[in-house]
Amino acid sequence: MNELFQKVLAENSILLFCYLIGSITFILGLKMLSHPASARKGNLVAAAGMLIAILATIFLYRTENMSHLGNYAWIFGGLLVGGVIGTLAAKKVQMTAMPEMVSLFNGTGGACAMLISMVEFNKIMEHHPEEMHRGHLLIIVLGAVIGTVSFAGSMIAWGKLAGKIKDKTIPGAQIINFLLFAGIIGLSIALVAGFATTLPVFYAILTLAAIYGILFVMPIGGADMPVVISLLNSFTGVAAAFGGFLYDNPVMLTGGILVGSAGTILTILMCNAMNRSLKNVLLGSFGGAKPGAAGAAKEGGGTYKEISMNDTATLMAYASKVLIIPGYGLAVAQAQHTCHELEKVLEEKGVEVAYGIHPVAGRMPGHMNVLLAEADVLYEKLLEMEDANDQMSSTNVVLILGANDVVNPAAKDDPSSPIYGMPILEVEKAEHVIVNKRSMKPGYAGIENELFFRPKTSMLFGDAKKVLQELVTELKQM
Amino acid sequence: MFQEFAAFFITNYRLITIVILSIFLGIEVISRVPSVLHTPLMSGANAIHGVVIIGAIIVMGSAEPNDFVALILGFLAVVLGTLNVVGGFVVTDRMLEMFGKKKPKK
Repeated sequence: MNELFQKVLAENSILLFCYLIGSITFILGLKMLSHPASARKGNLVAAAGMLIAILATIFLYRTENMSHLGNYAWIFGGLLVGGVIGTLAAKKVQMTAMPEMVSLFNGTGGACAMLISMVEFNKIMEHHPEEMHRGHLLIIVLGAVIGTVSFAGSMIAWGKLAGKIKDKTIPGAQIINFLLFAGIIGLSIALVAGFATTLPVFYAILTLAAIYGILFVMPIGGADMPVVISLLNSFTGVAAAFGGFLYDNPVMLTGGILVGSAGTILTILMCNAMNRSLKNVLLGSFGGAKPGAAGAAKEGGGTYKEISMNDTATLMAYASKVLIIPGYGLAVAQAQHTCHELEKVLEEKGVEVAYGIHPVAGRMPGHMNVLLAEADVLYEKLLEMEDANDQMSSTNVVLILGANDVVNPAAKDDPSSPIYGMPILEVEKAEHVIVNKRSMKPGYAGIENELFFRPKTSMLFGDAKKVLQELVTELKQM
Repeated sequence: MFQEFAAFFITNYRLITIVILSIFLGIEVISRVPSVLHTPLMSGANAIHGVVIIGAIIVMGSAEPNDFVALILGFLAVVLGTLNVVGGFVVTDRMLEMFGKKKPKK
């Protein structure tokens, strides 16, 4: 017996040591991920720590009655299936579809937390309901609810970003959400306190949580989705942390809580970059007020002028400095490669080309950088907003590709505008402004952009990719 | 009931301390990140919360071999958790790979 005891002690210390390594790599990984030079290594460091923690759990973890884990065939089968599908999906996905992929993976994490809680609750009900620990129950219920909300919400976010689900404003959604929330809390209290500790009540709570997750994301506009995904990301982190409480597992706890708090900060940073409050995003009031505000502004809009492909090409070919401002439209049209081609053609003609990147341009903050990097655009050519603005007055032509709100002068000079105060790219300091858009429809903020009607501005309508291709052909012939 | 929660608090005091410290750590680590890295960072953090897979492995490994409900739910949990971990890290690496090779050698 003594021998077994020593073996258990030794193995347990190794297991805990592995968990310690896991926790440290997560902290280091996150830290390294927040610096451009070390980011990639940081991701690998965290991944290595995760692998160590997983392997240690499989081989060294002991259950309450001191036996090792069993069902290895099931465990490795699950790891294999998940691993293969995960790798393939992550390798195959288009760079423009990145946000929905992150959302999908976030949802699977939430679902994992939900399933764990379901099994644990079933176990309690079957085996020893009489010696239930209230704290234990509370953790299971909290983990289940948060995991379920995150799962359901992420699935809706994924559907919206993939264009499978349309934006819908449900009348009285806020009241319904409040009632659902109250219902979840009420039932959870009843369940934990012991008035209604039954399976049906538990599953009723999960159902309400799923509906809440769906309704919570439903009214939020597609372009606000990154903020929502980031928020749901931190939800899943918290759900994982409850798992850590459940199994008294330090690595789950630190990993989960780190993501929970880091994710919350990231969500707030994203909101700040868009000059919006989180509350504003979540209530979807931006989207709600859309049609009326846009309609009203349209009447006073005035006239805009169009520019031909040929004129655009001439203007750019004879410029000494061109600044390209990519936005959501470029990401949707997947025109990043064509954009790089344009850059090369222009540089052959001796034109200096740079990109002005607004922090929230694209479908996610930082998304433009990822897209342009994919198209082999040099890192030095990507100017951050402040640098781009400094160079604006020496720029001859600004080409705006599917960006709208990030260049809207109303953010600077119209206090009544919903985006007032948001930092913008001050394109009007340049000599010429050419705007490529598919139509005159307003951007996601739903407000008219006066820039389009200013004398310096010319409109070049069409799909970003097609327009760029034609522009490249035109320039090559010159 | 109060006593139960008090007992719970006392037994889990260390874990609660870890939680509080981790919250501050998470905030500190993230607050100076350039916006360029927001997307990869979100994706990387997304992979890290895949640590929930460890719970799934424990559920799976301690299920009775004839308890098919637990086995099937546990198996699903392992698959989904692995998707989160593996997919998350691979996607993040793909994003950062493109940053890396284009980095100026300053």
